[in-house]
Amino acid sequence: MEGYGSMRRVYFDHAAAMPVDPRVAETMAPYFTEIWGNPSSLHSFGREAKEALEEARKKVADLIGARKKEEIIFTSGGTESNNLALKGVAYRNREKGNHIITTRIEHISVLNTCKYLEKNGFKVTYLPVDNFGSIDIERLEKEISDKTIIISVMYANGEIGTIQPIKEIGKIAEDNGVYFHVDAVAATGKVPIDVEQEHIDLLSISSNDMRGPKGIGALYVKTGKKLEPIIHGGGQEGGLRSGTENVPNILGMGKAAEIANNEMEEMGKRLTKLRDKLIQGILNNVKYSYLNGHPTHRLPNNVNLRFSYIEGEALILNLDMMGIAASTSSACTSKTLEPSHVLLAIGIPHAEAQGSLLLTLDKSNNEEDVNYVLEILPGIVKRLRTMSPLTPKDLEV
Amino acid sequence: MEHFRNPRNVGEIPDADGVGTVGNPMCGDIMSVYIKVKDDRLVDVKFKTFGCGAAIATSSMITELAKGKTIEEALKITRRDVADALNGLPPIKMHCSNLAADALHAAIQDYLKKKAQGKPNQ
Repeated sequence: MEGYGSMRRVYFDHAAAMPVDPRVAETMAPYFTEIWGNPSSLHSFGREAKEALEEARKKVADLIGARKKEEIIFTSGGTESNNLALKGVAYRNREKGNHIITTRIEHISVLNTCKYLEKNGFKVTYLPVDNFGSIDIERLEKEISDKTIIISVMYANGEIGTIQPIKEIGKIAEDNGVYFHVDAVAATGKVPIDVEQEHIDLLSISSNDMRGPKGIGALYVKTGKKLEPIIHGGGQEGGLRSGTENVPNILGMGKAAEIANNEMEEMGKRLTKLRDKLIQGILNNVKYSYLNGHPTHRLPNNVNLRFSYIEGEALILNLDMMGIAASTSSACTSKTLEPSHVLLAIGIPHAEAQGSLLLTLDKSNNEEDVNYVLEILPGIVKRLRTMSPLTPKDLEV
Repeated sequence: MEHFRNPRNVGEIPDADGVGTVGNPMCGDIMSVYIKVKDDRLVDVKFKTFGCGAAIATSSMITELAKGKTIEEALKITRRDVADALNGLPPIKMHCSNLAADALHAAIQDYLKKKAQGKPNQ
């Protein structure tokens, strides 16, 4: 990637935001000025919008193996989908029970929704995870009681990349008559998902995470599963999500889902190679660097490392000065001034959790990008270690 | 940003007259300031920092502000002075910058304590 003066620019923060695929942008374009009708209108302008909307819905359903397209409910994104899944099931099933099981490493939208439900009469169990970020299936089973109404476990963690044993969890949930919700925002379009085979009742998806537009997502709701809506109004999306549908964005998401479905396998192979080259290159050339998350059972696009004795924000700013966009989860960079709850949950001590680096790859990244990072990073780490009072005096940086 | 890009006075002073270490890595920051004093003036000031951009910039800035000043003048340097010298810091970063002034003052306190112990008759 060139531009920004003569400096090379490399983007490795796809978990935060992705560029929209040009084919997606092209698909969306007519739906602003040429086909703008309200899909609920009876006339031809409404019908043509409705037709396009339903085609997009089918594409999203196909990506995740949903049997019926009506099982796809469009929302404003992953956060709303997670809110709808948890609150929707909780409020609807209050008579059956008030116990929710989730994990300590869920996305903040799941955790904060759980905290909110705790203040409103629900009990939540937050399962611990091992050093790689995987949950203990036996422990999960033990926690299920006759008051348990929903289990919520993310497909894969967007920060450390570790993929959960979803099919096994789904089977347990099914055997126990408990709803199973999966936050698949980080995984959709990157690894194959089949909601039927994996016994999933509810699945959260985000458009931007698969190169679609921002501000749109979906919640898959298996036929027969009952939820209460959290947004009331005209009853769109089968009564579960009122509001005039965001047709251009939905079209974009549909196209993104179709592209992901077609290109996932090859993309997965290519990204895995680049991912591993980055991981090995850094571990081999920078002392006191460690991988966070499972080495192989991880998302193909995720590189998360930590470096002793240095702090993440300073690392990111230095990389930015060299044109490299990356992310960290140190305390200084979070709104709450707390280090990453995920890194703490996998047993990393506070000080070590501060020196984290998250690189998330995508389509636009190539071998040159990877080589550039491998060239630049060691020098930055060395410089920061020279400045740090925590670096042991006899350390060869 | 300039002080972050090219921090001044990084390092330690092995035979420092005063050392101040503040902060703790739990909240992401730890700063050490080393001073050399002659005739009541700070003739050399160095720092080491484990912390974010603002932490590094403010510790660099404070070493510049403190060098050449008398003990009394250096004790008067506040968190505000450091932030102003850097042309302002975002509110969420003021917390990081507080450490710089505190570390300098701690180093001076350390020097004064050592001086009092070393020359009991003065």
